[in-house]
Amino acid sequence: MSANSPQSGEAHPLRLTINGQARSLQVYPWTTLLDLLREQLDLIGTKKGCDHGQCGACTVLRDGKRVNACLTLAVMCDGADLVTIEGLAEGDELHPLQRAFITHDAFQCGYCTPGQICSAVGLAEEGRACTREAIREQMSGNLCRCGAYSNIIAAVEEALPLMRAKANLQGGPRA
Amino acid sequence: MTPFSYHKPASVGEAVGLADVSSRFIAGGTNLVDLMKENVVRPERLIDITGLGLNGIQATANGGVLIGALVSNAELAWASVIEQHYPLLAEAILAGASPQLRNMASTGGNLLQRTRCYYFYDTGTPCNKREPGSGCPARTGLNRIHAILGASDACVATHPSDMCVALAALEAVVHVQGRAGKRQIPFADFHRLPGDAPERDNQLAADELITALELPPPTFEDHYRYLKIRDRASYAFALVSVAAGLNLNGGVIQDARLALGGVAHKPWRDPAVERTLIGQAPTQALFTQAADALLQGAEPLAHNGFKVPLAQRAIVRALSDAALGAKARGATS
Repeated sequence: MSANSPQSGEAHPLRLTINGQARSLQVYPWTTLLDLLREQLDLIGTKKGCDHGQCGACTVLRDGKRVNACLTLAVMCDGADLVTIEGLAEGDELHPLQRAFITHDAFQCGYCTPGQICSAVGLAEEGRACTREAIREQMSGNLCRCGAYSNIIAAVEEALPLMRAKANLQGGPRA
Repeated sequence: MTPFSYHKPASVGEAVGLADVSSRFIAGGTNLVDLMKENVVRPERLIDITGLGLNGIQATANGGVLIGALVSNAELAWASVIEQHYPLLAEAILAGASPQLRNMASTGGNLLQRTRCYYFYDTGTPCNKREPGSGCPARTGLNRIHAILGASDACVATHPSDMCVALAALEAVVHVQGRAGKRQIPFADFHRLPGDAPERDNQLAADELITALELPPPTFEDHYRYLKIRDRASYAFALVSVAAGLNLNGGVIQDARLALGGVAHKPWRDPAVERTLIGQAPTQALFTQAADALLQGAEPLAHNGFKVPLAQRAIVRALSDAALGAKARGATS
């Protein structure tokens, strides 16, 4: 169902932060976070793949944790701090994972890439993947139908220590 | 999705006061939102329980732990008390879903997730679980993923959870609250076999909310194994899974637990089979006997006959791994 489609029912107020910007919105209860981002906020970097939580193309960061936006009701995000693919770069400086994806040519069609990158940012925050094998397992929620997995894993493997170094430099949380 | 109204109560009392057969509680939403998109479930009211503060993991007076219903699957698997003292549970949780889904899905919701039977999801076909009395196309249709134990003429669906298989083995207790008050349900009694009412997955009343899950004092901290067999290496439901826990002393089994996933409408356990292991040395022959006993009465369908020998071998392997011990087999969790 489209977030903008006219429906009977009550819209609810929603306040959240998206990519550092505070927003005040009205949403219908059945609007998913994915539809809100793409159709009301024009943040179309986040992709709709399966729309059933099976492919990971819609992965965004909610309060620092990776989640499937397609299975998240927007109305339940009141007070949340959301980061999408549009919020990762700092001005013209790409996020280390974005740079690594380019270096390793970690895509073919690119449709799954925003979800892959947001998922890998979440993986780095979790701090649980220390081996290539663990990265593979912990990226299993993101499908790539072009099959660019080997380059995706290589990109994530290269970026993890860079993100750790950056976090240490800034005194931020472990990454 | 069919439109619905949304409510966010501030207390458990208020939440259960709002609940009835036309409403659903929502926490992580990972299964419910999907079912609503497919029109399999069409609640008139969603009751958002994420503001109820059921988020903690705390020690109980008898040395166990009480896990709030809203603790996410990821938080639970990575909580130090679970990693150290209930590693069977951590291993089972991490075998399920994807990291994104584990960040969203709640402890209480994991118990309430619905079967992944194709026909249950396909509103163009009959299904006794979705529409009581309409029939079961799975029994004579495509049934590779379906039950081999405890099924009925009305339903051959399986329960999809990994976490619940470990919780069955650990003998967790489910704390619930409804308008009539609170009660505690032993895990073995929580989920139902389908019988002639497959629309009911468990014994909760419409107004009852899971508030917490209680684990008894730690056991099987070294000798445990959650073994999951699936069609791909990650992010797939179990064809067969086994939760095994042993307590060993001087090479003799002092206590044993054995539960199966992917084979029935609920985690499959038989304490009588577990008792046959006690007082014995852990040998392949003993484990084979136990596997045969637990699978006694299996009734495979046209496409899932492979599950019987698969489960048999998985049980022997899980018990053998458990006997070896986590340190010896190099487990990380």
